[in-house]
Amino acid sequence: MSTSPSMSPENVLEVKDLSKTFHVSAGAAGSQELRALDGINLHVRQGETLGLVGESGCGKSTLARTLMMLETPDTGTVRFEGQDPFALRGKELLTWRRRVQMVFQDPFASLNARMTAGQIITEPFATHKDLYRGTAAKNRRLNELLDLVGLRATDAAKSPQEFSGGQRQRIGIARALALDPDLIILDEPVSALDLSVQAQVLNLLNDLQQELGVSYIFISHDLSVVRHVTDRVAVMYLGRIIESGSTEQVFDAPLHPYTASLMSASPKLDPAKRPARRIVLQGELPSPLDPPSGCRFRTRCWKAQPICSAERPEKMTRNDSGQVSLGIPGVGPGAGAHVAECHFPVADPSEAGLIPAG
Amino acid sequence: MMTEMLEPTAQSDPPTDTVLEVTGLDVDIRTPQGTVRVVSQVSFAARRGQTLALLGESGCGKSMTAKAIAGLLDPVASVAGGTAVLDGQDLNQMNPKQRRAVAGPGLGIVFQDALTALNPVYTIGTQLGEAFRIHRGASKKQAKAEAIDLMRRVGIPEPETRVNSYPHQFSGGMRQRILIAMAVALSPQLLIADEPTTALDVTVQAQIMLLLRKLRTEQQMAVVLITHDLAVVAEEADEVCVMYAGNVVEQGSVDKVFSHPTHPYTKGLLESVPTDAQRGEGLSSIPGSPPELTKIPAGCVYQDRCPLASAICRQERPLLRDTADGQRAACHFAEKVSAAKTDNDDANNVKEEIR
Repeated sequence: MSTSPSMSPENVLEVKDLSKTFHVSAGAAGSQELRALDGINLHVRQGETLGLVGESGCGKSTLARTLMMLETPDTGTVRFEGQDPFALRGKELLTWRRRVQMVFQDPFASLNARMTAGQIITEPFATHKDLYRGTAAKNRRLNELLDLVGLRATDAAKSPQEFSGGQRQRIGIARALALDPDLIILDEPVSALDLSVQAQVLNLLNDLQQELGVSYIFISHDLSVVRHVTDRVAVMYLGRIIESGSTEQVFDAPLHPYTASLMSASPKLDPAKRPARRIVLQGELPSPLDPPSGCRFRTRCWKAQPICSAERPEKMTRNDSGQVSLGIPGVGPGAGAHVAECHFPVADPSEAGLIPAG
Repeated sequence: MMTEMLEPTAQSDPPTDTVLEVTGLDVDIRTPQGTVRVVSQVSFAARRGQTLALLGESGCGKSMTAKAIAGLLDPVASVAGGTAVLDGQDLNQMNPKQRRAVAGPGLGIVFQDALTALNPVYTIGTQLGEAFRIHRGASKKQAKAEAIDLMRRVGIPEPETRVNSYPHQFSGGMRQRILIAMAVALSPQLLIADEPTTALDVTVQAQIMLLLRKLRTEQQMAVVLITHDLAVVAEEADEVCVMYAGNVVEQGSVDKVFSHPTHPYTKGLLESVPTDAQRGEGLSSIPGSPPELTKIPAGCVYQDRCPLASAICRQERPLLRDTADGQRAACHFAEKVSAAKTDNDDANNVKEEIR
């Protein structure tokens, strides 16, 4: 990369044109290329929550792993407050690692059953030795963390099996907070929990964000949860972000036909909120080994035209008066605007039958 | 056209005849710590052409209930009492031979995890045709023809070539369609669907639910849908049994139960769904977590988490009783539930709840 991209000061994380290809063995024929990420652009501001939505196999987890530096991208840049973590070595890298942490989906698999809750939460201090020196300092921090996530100080001596699913997820969150990170990646943090417990954990995450000002990337397939906890949403399909914008914009007036069908297909508790017509997409996510030409969604799209198979769509945006237009050439739509990659974006929610009948 | 547009509601016509009547069903599990009752006094009726939902969180006994009806309980579990009458015959009194005769034409079951429910070493055609060979004595050729016909009915493209494929060659949604095809092969009167879409993405879930609805109407089956997803129940079911710690705590028509819950647990569940709440606003949640089945308290099963709990709840287990027309709940204070405020509207209470 020649020049580092200009960073808006409030952005914690900025990702530009990130791509990642895996090589999948295809028997005697050699190997095939699987483009898991294909030109990802996103940014996360200080103290905000970015939702990442998409079906399984769309590349959400690969993106999360790349941001955690567990995968090396082929092309593109990751800037963490202007710093490229992939250029760091040694001590600098160790310091950087404190700033991004992760909470995993399954609280039953992500905690070591042979360690106590206290050991699990303080394990990061064994790597980051200079943070809390001495047992007294570590214990002070442990008690602080337990209190933050709503566990008792006496819980530190218990092992994970003694906790319920919701309490285990609290331990996972305390571990992620241990090094005082700026960004936490939450990979389906509540999908393994029962509904009555899910609300407790979502409230906790919200309180922590307000108290500590930490930013979240919230990966989930549950649209009602995403709507509740995120400020902005990025919708992924086959390795690309096909739509992004503020949560209200994306949920209330989706531009991309795929987003519209996701909104339409998710079951609604309140009969008054159900769409007038329901879009049921045909088929499933195509194999990422052989993605469709042009627009990747065209094989399942209800608005597809011949041009969709020939040309990859440009980013479209909706202006204040509700008209859909191309982003300004060269400049592109401003950061944070509501954009979607589609030749024929959904003009308004009623076109997709999203307005409730009653 | 790649898409079907249709009316999203699934509620069907008013009550008709009863296909399955479950009365006072008890299921016990033998554990090293002693016998544990995992399903207690469960009663419900499933009607032709309608969907009954068993709703509850993990461990509440909803799957155990279904397995007991289907005769598929693990060896450590056994039916301890009650009847499950399908078409005039008590399923619990049947010997294995009678059971086998009923499995298929009487009742079919769709499991949650399609990959483990299918045999990896036989082709789909063999597995789908098996029902016809066993129950109708069909030849191999006939069975294959029937399998192809079934695959076409559940919407699997190119069934003539796909019939010779193995389960791993299908996608998750297609495997679920195959399981459904297998369950409905002999046009059963009762279809039990155990979390049929939990492992699937939302767009595929919509396809599978649409298929189940279509088959229910075509074959006039009674469907028992087991799920933990309130929104799925709201859209798909006519009646609902809300289960908690092995007990039915509330039952009735979905419209009534969801609009005017008369059990604090149902109310708490409905309020935990993040629908209208604003970003940053606290969700109301149920404090604590469900009791372990070995430590179910005397008295009401929900007392530890209930905002209305008082002395009588700790002594006497409430029985299911009529709380409104066509709605029953097991709560001493059912009349107060709609007026009661669930405690923690204040998000700061979250930390206290767990203590």
